[in-house]
Amino acid sequence: MALSPEEIQRRLERLLPTVQKPGRYTGGELNQVVKNWDETPLRVLLAFPDIYDLGMSNLGLAILYDGLNRQPDMLAERAYSPWPDMEAAMRAAGLPLYSLETKHPAADFDILGISLPYESLYTNALNLLDLAGIPLLSRDRGESQPLILAGGHAAFNPEPMADFVDAFAIGEGEELILDVARCVRDWKESGHARPHLLRSLAKIWGVYVPSLYRVGYRKDGTVAEIEALAPEAALPVTKRIVPELPPPPTRFIVPYIDVTHNRVPMEITRGCTRGCRFCQAGMITRPVRERPVGEVIDALEEALACTGYEEVAFLSLSSSDYSHILELVREVSRRFAGRHLNLSLPSLRIDSFSVELMDLLQGEARRGGFTLAPEAATERMRQLINKPVSTEQVLSTAREIYAHGWHTLKLYFMIGHPSERLEDVQAIADLSKAVLAVGQKVIGKRAKVHAGVSTFVPKPHTPFQWVPCDTTDQIEAKQSLLKRQLRGPGFKLSWTDPKETMLEAWLSRGDRRLGAVILEAWQRGAKFDAWQEHFRFDVWQEAFTAASLEPSFYTHRERPIDEMLPWDHIQAGVRKAFLSEDYLWSLEGRTRLDCRERCYACGILPRFASLRRAHPGEVWQCPEVRSPARQASESMSLTVRG
Amino acid sequence: MMDNPSLFRYRVRFSKTEAMRFTGNLDLYRTWERTLRRANVPLAYSLGFSPHPKINLGAALALGCSSEAELAEIWLEEDLTPPDLRSSLEKASPPGIRVTAVERIATTEPALQTLIRSAEYEVRLHAEEMPDDLTARVGALLGAPILTRERRGKAYDLRPLIEALEIVADDPGEGCLRMRLAAREGATGRPQEVLLALGIDPSRAHIHRVRLVLGSSV
Repeated sequence: MALSPEEIQRRLERLLPTVQKPGRYTGGELNQVVKNWDETPLRVLLAFPDIYDLGMSNLGLAILYDGLNRQPDMLAERAYSPWPDMEAAMRAAGLPLYSLETKHPAADFDILGISLPYESLYTNALNLLDLAGIPLLSRDRGESQPLILAGGHAAFNPEPMADFVDAFAIGEGEELILDVARCVRDWKESGHARPHLLRSLAKIWGVYVPSLYRVGYRKDGTVAEIEALAPEAALPVTKRIVPELPPPPTRFIVPYIDVTHNRVPMEITRGCTRGCRFCQAGMITRPVRERPVGEVIDALEEALACTGYEEVAFLSLSSSDYSHILELVREVSRRFAGRHLNLSLPSLRIDSFSVELMDLLQGEARRGGFTLAPEAATERMRQLINKPVSTEQVLSTAREIYAHGWHTLKLYFMIGHPSERLEDVQAIADLSKAVLAVGQKVIGKRAKVHAGVSTFVPKPHTPFQWVPCDTTDQIEAKQSLLKRQLRGPGFKLSWTDPKETMLEAWLSRGDRRLGAVILEAWQRGAKFDAWQEHFRFDVWQEAFTAASLEPSFYTHRERPIDEMLPWDHIQAGVRKAFLSEDYLWSLEGRTRLDCRERCYACGILPRFASLRRAHPGEVWQCPEVRSPARQASESMSLTVRG
Repeated sequence: MMDNPSLFRYRVRFSKTEAMRFTGNLDLYRTWERTLRRANVPLAYSLGFSPHPKINLGAALALGCSSEAELAEIWLEEDLTPPDLRSSLEKASPPGIRVTAVERIATTEPALQTLIRSAEYEVRLHAEEMPDDLTARVGALLGAPILTRERRGKAYDLRPLIEALEIVADDPGEGCLRMRLAAREGATGRPQEVLLALGIDPSRAHIHRVRLVLGSSV
């Protein structure tokens, strides 16, 4: 018997004084939306499988929450993973996962939508289902259970989570979530069985229903075939996009407590034309679409009035490439001068223009540091990853940054790029030292360099999807070189635990058989894998053994170009032939410049040709190209099939 | 805080209830900053490298307690009438904060924290949490010459911080204690500590602050 919201509230009152940060679990915050439960036919619970503090800073969920709650016949509420102290208290008190808004049990909703922006959340997603009292395996669920929908960047390789998720949202969710919600609403009225719902969902553009596909394997463990089991199941499943970015949400919920990002997130661009070969986001979020300056400014005014936030972050994969960046920054500094507003502009290009922009944006206030991301330190590596900046450019930009009043320069690098040698890693240390020397020359001992060195994982749908990862031994050798060299006054070095990198690699590169590993790991206590103090590498190794799978098969094997990859039936819009060509180019040290200048035929335009035709002009930043006739055949119909 | 004669100082009384009970003092400061920004009130900021809003909060309330008598002082750059300020704040307040009074204060007055002398609390307990011998326990506690307790690894005497403690005529099924505790800087009695000294689990009690006693009003 499910608990009533009143009973949940009553039990909660008793728990809250006993746990850390109870403000995570109360709901009731400014701008939350509470609709009439009984009079709203379709109810969605949006869940983030990590704590409230992180989940509340997730823009994707805020967009879906806003979009669903605008529909008169739908409502959306929120849930997050309870921290272990709260989880223990909830389990002891018989309290299920509940919604913050109305305290309904998660199992009472029609749809449980889980955000999966990265792979280390998978065990937490299972834990949420368990806390909700919902069967973990999709095949064990019946008509009375909510539809388990999952989306986010990690869903571009949905296979490791295929056993647990009823339907994946591939790509952009603004329109897709409404199509799914309508489909579930109609199904509820129809009284049909659950398989009927799954087949109807499969007809929606961007929806992948894993149970409607069968994967066959070769003796060597590689994928032999991916077969659709129902006529409704598309092969491949093409990602969903919105042709134009809809107006941004502005009524952000203001938490009672301090969370990870206490600010208005404002997306100015989606997609990126730079084509860094390691960057999954840059490949899967194409084409580039921008918001007009006026829309950004108006939305910002509204959001500040609704929230009172003192900070704004303009979000994009490459701020400097936003066509109207100078106009935006000028307008923001004009309109918001004297209002004690902190503004941040992430992902700036390494050039003097970026310094100019930050000067304009921040005035005399100098907060935190200035961040540059050279990603690699030798010309060879930077050509290989297609991020061609010269060392001289890094140094001269650094000189300007220090001269303009910043004391700390954050440099982001990545180790483990394909064919990287120790001398390339040594160059990271050398470049960091050279930057600090430049800083000291300009401002003396106040100059600081913070080197953030992450580890490369070859991600699906990128030109590097075939390459192996470094082993933990290789990573440790590279990290210890950096740790030896980047110490002493002025330096700060941060890095990623190689074991966490392995987990990220298994889960992002895995096939459907990893479901058994994830389930086993969760049963053995794995959760909060993204948290160093909770991450248990040994548990994951045991889980692989129990599932009779070899972890290195997924991470340390160079995959032949013609191998069928576990995610090949998911179509991100960029052709596989383009990715393999780009991979070959990387081996030759050939780079591709900004694809706004010149189209490299990645496949986006022919794939979405009809959408592009319906939205001509500057909506997309792709240059105008004539589609040859042969490409037209690749174009898909972009109406909802069925 | 440096007093700038061109600024205007106001004292705001407000209640803190519902989920706002779980907002700690630091986050409450942020809550006020955001409320004032939403109210579009000309909040004054400190000068210097990283300006912060000129907001002072009275005696911090422990996490989980509700209150009908919190005090905050804010400095504005413009002269608003207290009723105007109050109505702006009422519209912009988040759930769990209700403004109950706004008055103008001379900028020359001492800081709020130095004026607060003591705080009065009402503690409600479910009948099952009420010890049968509560009257005797209260008597023993008040009769004790010293009450040594430990907080954050340091021993201190709770007894002089308890100015008054009594059992109030209870509703059926619910018990109620009323206490006045010192709330001076460096000498603050915590209602949870009093409950512990009485052998009552504070997480089972509903603690509500009813009054802050200021120096001038004693």
